[in-house]
Formats: sequence, structure tokens, C-alpha cells
Amino acid sequence: MLFQLHEPGETPLPHESDRGLAIGIDLGTTNSVVAVASDGQTEVLRDAEGKGLIPSVVYYGDDGSVVVGQDARRMILEEPDHVVSSIKRLMGRGAADLKTLAGTLPFKLDTAADGGMVRLSVAGRTLTPVEISADILRAVRIRAELAQGKTVDRAVVTVPAYFDDGARTATKDAARLAGLEVLRLVNEPTAAALAYGLDNAAEGLYAVYDLGGGTFDVSILKMEKGVFQVKATGGDAALGGDDIDHAIAERFLSERVKEHGTEIITEGEAKQALAAARVAKECLSGRQDGSWVIEVDGKPSHHTLSRAQLEDLATPWVSRTETICRNVIEDAGIGVSEIQGVVLVGGSTRMPLVRAKVKAIFGREPLADINPDEVVAVGAALQAEALTAGSDTLLLDVTPLSLGIETMGGIVEKVIPRNTPIPVAMAQEFTTYQDGQTAMSIHVAQGEREMVDQCRSLARFVLRGIPNMAAGAARIRVTFTVDADGLLTVSAREATTGTEQQVAVKPSYGLTEDEMAQMLRDSLVNAKDDMATRLFAETAVEARRSVLAVQAALKVDQDLLSADERQAIDNVISRVEETIASKDRDAVTASMEDLEAATKTFAERRMDRGIREALAGMTVDKLDNALGGDT
Amino acid sequence: MNASAIATIVPCWSCKGPVAARALFCSTCGAVQGPGSIDHFTRLGIQPTFDIDLEGLEKQYFGFQRRLHPDRFAAKSGKEKALSQAQATSLNEAYETLKDPLRRAAYLLNQLGHPVDLTACGTINDRELLMEQMEKREALADSTTAEQVAKLAMQAESEVIACQCHISAAINASNLEEAGHLTIRLKYLAKLAEEARAKKSRITRLP
Ligand SMILES: Nc1ncnc2c1ncn2[C@@H]1O[C@H](COP(=O)(O)OP(=O)(O)OP(=O)(O)O)[C@@H](O)[C@H]1O
Ligand SMILES: [Mg+2]
Repeated sequence: MLFQLHEPGETPLPHESDRGLAIGIDLGTTNSVVAVASDGQTEVLRDAEGKGLIPSVVYYGDDGSVVVGQDARRMILEEPDHVVSSIKRLMGRGAADLKTLAGTLPFKLDTAADGGMVRLSVAGRTLTPVEISADILRAVRIRAELAQGKTVDRAVVTVPAYFDDGARTATKDAARLAGLEVLRLVNEPTAAALAYGLDNAAEGLYAVYDLGGGTFDVSILKMEKGVFQVKATGGDAALGGDDIDHAIAERFLSERVKEHGTEIITEGEAKQALAAARVAKECLSGRQDGSWVIEVDGKPSHHTLSRAQLEDLATPWVSRTETICRNVIEDAGIGVSEIQGVVLVGGSTRMPLVRAKVKAIFGREPLADINPDEVVAVGAALQAEALTAGSDTLLLDVTPLSLGIETMGGIVEKVIPRNTPIPVAMAQEFTTYQDGQTAMSIHVAQGEREMVDQCRSLARFVLRGIPNMAAGAARIRVTFTVDADGLLTVSAREATTGTEQQVAVKPSYGLTEDEMAQMLRDSLVNAKDDMATRLFAETAVEARRSVLAVQAALKVDQDLLSADERQAIDNVISRVEETIASKDRDAVTASMEDLEAATKTFAERRMDRGIREALAGMTVDKLDNALGGDT
Repeated sequence: MNASAIATIVPCWSCKGPVAARALFCSTCGAVQGPGSIDHFTRLGIQPTFDIDLEGLEKQYFGFQRRLHPDRFAAKSGKEKALSQAQATSLNEAYETLKDPLRRAAYLLNQLGHPVDLTACGTINDRELLMEQMEKREALADSTTAEQVAKLAMQAESEVIACQCHISAAINASNLEEAGHLTIRLKYLAKLAEEARAKKSRITRLP
């Protein structure tokens, strides 16, 4: 390749060093992992015992204390109603969604809350999934700060590829509450592919099969010279080891009921049974059978399970992953035989049944020698480094689910089909269906089904001010924009008048701006300072860019200025630099305006010269520096 | 020529000096520029023809994305982030359009001043096409064995390829009318081929 690795403006930021460290976080249903990368070398941050996995479990004490991780997990049996686990399953969910998950949730919901986001009752408190996830992320950040001896304020956070817009937004909000700026949300299988691909210099088509505690994802990627291009992705945001645990626990509980002749199952028994189920399941990955005792309130019950019995219980779930894999292969438009390797991710891929299924689906032995627990966090750390220090690798991802708009009769018209490369912007035109209709309600939905009530409702808004016209005459153009984080923005515009409305899709089940602001205030991060710091950082980046731009122009065109004029500009530049150092945002903004004014004549002369030279047929080639320059 | 020379020079949003309207980066200050309204072929730096080399197309696409993707601008100012997102979006649109033969044909014909409407079909010619397609669809629906379906899928596939060759020949001979009809035909053939492929994998999947 002939083009330079770094364009003039593309070199790593000179002021990078005054920012805190950027980390990679795999925020899992069962376990979270944090890693850092430096010069392409990655390190998973471990506790004193060498464990990289931090159980995604939070204990809320009556005294207001919050404990995350292994210690919280130990409390499940002692104070089950003070402990929350598997909260990821509720990210971006509304009360209405919970019917589908009913009975599979190890926590108590706050039923008093009306509409909006789900709320949990824990230890006398009412908490949203966003706040609970923020508590996990805060603990992760603190672990990283202690390990690295540096402030950590930015992160790449991974999400299941199949997460919808609401769950992605909720994850980003949680990171913000935990004092972390999200550099990018990266899909878990993509992060795993990045880590695996870079480590093994892999080239060609690969599948990533990720079965964790709560979610299943499968992605097919093309890897080529540092490019990781997702061809298709699919999954189920509510399918994982947890479901198998529930199936086993149900069996254990009915055995227990038989053994004791009691009918009522207490919350303690349910949680104990779940814990025993998980232990049994994990044991049976290495053994053919075993027996376990569940003891609650001094009453033990005895349970045996063989691997064959476990596999019977697990088969429905594992078979679902097969259907999804086949569909994704078809979506990718490739044959199974073209896939060169299958990367296994997630603790549940340790089950022999799962490995056998993967082998059957892809017709080849999956790749061993990858740590299925840590590979996602390692990929996230690599991406965090790439985003802050620069890199030549490239992740090209896609939208997991189709995005559309509800039309007449509740049918969803797709605007962006699934597996479209992001970032993307697509528009669709709609019209009014009544004479004199001046407002139109727009309902944004996500999913593959035809009817809106079978898709996920993302947002509703009303476009007003449509001019009074006959039915069908107005032309309303609705544009969907999905950014590199996979987050959607929708804008609508009436073509004849230019009436425009833009909404960052605040999901139906998300937090409102007010709630978010309140939570930031309540959280340990001092909200006011946090906002101020953030705003100043943005302004400073902008100011530095202006100064560098003017300095670059001075280098090329300084002959257009007299000595006095030059001096005047230099003076303003120094002033801008002083204001940046003073950390006073308003002063920076004012000095930037001065800089703009001071360079106005200079800019005009430069444009004049550019056009004169263009007329003489001179500079076009020099300026047209970019097209076709990369073969 | 002079007027067009002027039109190609615009002020850079960042350093305010002259920059070519088509440039991706300002040659003076290095700031990323907006995507501008150029055609998909120019955007990806390839010749405007139906017969493109897909590998070459992908290489160009990757090359441009390497420089313009938002991941390269994560630590930059808000304006640069927004411009890079716009650039990457335009690259994706160009690439998605050109890599698919049907969309490429329709786009190219549109560029050549002979738009094809892929959503409508009303002429006599299209009626014939419709009859032909209905027969083939019936044959596919009636076929039950894996062999039958595989055979139909293969037939459909080779018809798709033949149709693409005809489109190429028609465009190269500047017979745009013909190319337009063939493009509509390609739409149906491609759909049939896809259905045949889907049915084939459904049948072979059964234990
Ligand atoms: N040896 C084992 N055999 C079977 N299952 C196992 C084994 N070890 C771990 N698991 C299961 O793996 C799951 C946790 O995997 P992992 O840590 O990858 O999930 P996660 O990343 O937290 O979840 P997700 O990615 O779905 O958000 C749990 O259900 C756990 O029981
Ligand atoms: Mg995981």
C-alpha cells in the first residue's frame, strides 16, 4: 500500500498523555473482565488470587454499602434479597418485556414503578439496571486504577452483538454513571475476533460462537491484513448458561419437594437450587455424573445428575443456537465450507454438548487454545488502545437487527435491513393519509418480524407543522442514522416546507435526561465537575485543532502576511494557548473567536491565491491529494 | 475550464484556506473534509463500468475506510468525528451499491441518464418475464427432492450469471434500453436464485 499510515492530521494526539488510561471492559451477564493494552501487549487485570473474572454480582448492604464480585457472590446464600446477579438480562428492558423472562430472573422487581425502565427492589432500595451495572463498572474501574496506579476515565465496553438499541444506550449510560467515557461500544464477538486474529495473524473467513451466561451471539467475519469485516451477525439476547441452570434447578426443586413433601418453595431455596444447578452443570463438563446436596433451613435434599440427563435438559437451548448459526451463515452469503476456523467464546462453550454441536454445525473442530473467558476483554483493550494511541487495524461492523417504521395496519416498513455495515444513513419517504393532516406520529421499531407488536418498540415522536395539503401530497423523509457504536438517531423532514425534527432515539424503556442527570448527581462521581471537565476537554480539543490549523497555514502561506500582521496572529495564538492552560472554558471560547477574527483577512488572501492558481491550472493536483491514492 | 477550476476549490472548514472540493484531507492543515456529492465510482476511486473487479473494489473500500473510519477520529474534535462518520457512511453506501451486480447496474444506468425503476414492471416485455418467472417459481415449489432443488438452484445461478454478461455487453454497446430491461430481468432471476438457494439449504439441513 502506498498511502501514508498517518495523514498530517491523523497522528496520535500530542496531548494524549494528560488523559487518564483507557481500558477494555467485557461487562458480562455472569462475569466481567477488564484488560489494558500498551503497544499491542495486553494484560488482563487480576485480583490477589490471580483471578481475572469478576462475578457480575452486586451486594447492597442495609447500611448503604455496595460490594461487587466474589464477595458479593458469597452473600447470595446468606442474604439472597440483598444480592443482584445477571442484571445484564434487564438492560434496556421495559416492564412489558419481563413476561418473556418471567421465572428466569433471580431478583425481585419493583412492581410499583409504572412504565419506563424496569426497577428492582433490593435491600429497601429501588434501583434500575443501569445503576446496578454502573456499580459493577465502577468496581471494575477501581480495580484497574489500583492495578495501574493511574486514573482511568475512558473505556471500550463490549456488548452482545445482538443487543438492541435500548440495551446499548443503557450500557453507555451505566458507564457514564461509573465515571467512564465510552470510547466505543464494540460487539463481543468482534472484540474476540480482533484479539484472536491479531494474535494469530488469521486471514480469511472465521466464525465466532459466543455462548455466555445470558446471551448468545454468532458472527461471521472476514479477516484480512488488519481489517476485521463482519459479514453477518445473529444471536439471542436471552439465551445462555443461565437458562440451562434454570432447567436443572427446576428439576432439583421438584426432587426436593418430593423428598420433603412440602409444596412451597422459598426464595432461599430457589437461589440455592440455582447455585447448585450451576455447580452441577460446570462439574459435568469434566465428569459423567455426580451428586449434590441442597441445604436450606437445616433441611438437606439429595440430587444426582448424569451428563446424559444434563444434556437432555440443555438440548433445547443448544439446538436454538444451531438454527441461529445456520441463518447467519446464509445471511453472510457463504457456504459452511468456506469458514476457516471457529472461535469459541464464553464459559458455556466448555460444555461437551456445545462443542459437539459446534463441530456438527461447522463441520470442523473449533479452535482450541483460546481463553474463552478473557478473549473479549483483551479485544476491547486492543481497541481502546487503537482509539487513543492510533492503530492500523480496522473494525467494520454491522447492524444486528433491522430498523423500521410502523405504517398503516401495524406493519413495519424496514428502513435499514439487518447486517448493513455501520455507520449508515438511510432514508424513506412517507406521506399523509388524510386531507389537511398537519401532524404525523412516527414509531420506530427494531426487529425482523413484520408486525410492529412483534418487534421491539424503540421510540415514538410526532412530526408537527406539516402544511395543510391533500392526502398523499406531503413528502415526509425519515432518515435513520446508525453510528459506529450501533446507536440510532432518527430525523424527519417535510420536503415542501423543510419542517425538521431530530431525535436521538431515547429508547422507550431508557432513562430520561432528567433521570440521568439526577443519577449522575447521586452517584459518587460529582456530576457538576464531571460535566464541566467533559465540556472543557471538548473545547480544548477544538481549540488545539484551530491553533494547529492556523500554524499549518502560516507555514505554507506566510508570505501573504506583513511582519506586523504575522505578529498579531502569533499573539492571539499565544493567548489561546494560555487560556487552554488556565482551564477556563469561557476564556478559551472567547480567545478562539479572537483567533478567527485575527485570521480572517489571511484566510481570504489564501483563498484568492488558491483560486488564482487554480485558474492558471496549477494547484488542483496538489490539493486533490486523496482520491485513488491507496492501491 | 476556468469555471470548473474555481468550482473545484473550496475553503477548508478548519484552516479556512483553499482545498480541492474532492479532497478527503486538507493538504495544508490535514483536517478531514466532508464527503461531498461525488458518484460512487469516483468515491471509491474506480472506473465507472459494470465490469468491476470485486477484489479491487474491496481493496479500495478497505483502503479508504482505514483512513476515514470514525475509529481513526475517536480522540478528535466533535466536528472531525462527525465528518469522519459522514465519510464512512458515504463509503459504505458506495461499496454496498457497487458490490451488488443488480444495484450496480441500476446505479450505473441512472448515472448514464437511463434510470430503471426496480419497483415497477408494466410493459409487455415485463409480462413475458413475469410468465417465465411464474413457471420457474412453480417448478421450484413443486420440487421435493434435494437433487431437484439443487438442479434448479444451479440453473437459476447460471441464468443470473448469463444475465449479468448480457447487461455488461448491452452497456458496453451503449444499448441502454436493452440494459434496462435486462436489469429488471436480473432482479427476478436473482430473487429466484436466492429462493432456490434457501430451499436447498433447508432441504439439505433436514436430518
Ligand atoms: N466448565 C463449565 N461447563 C459449563 N458451563 C460453564 C463452565 N464454566 C463456566 N460455565 C458457564 O458459563 C457461563 C458464564 O460464561 P461467561 O463468563 O462467558 O458469561 P458472561 O460473559 O458473563 O455472559 P454474557 O457474555 O452472556 O453476557 C455461566 O453460565 C457458567 O455456568
Ligand atoms: Mg461474555
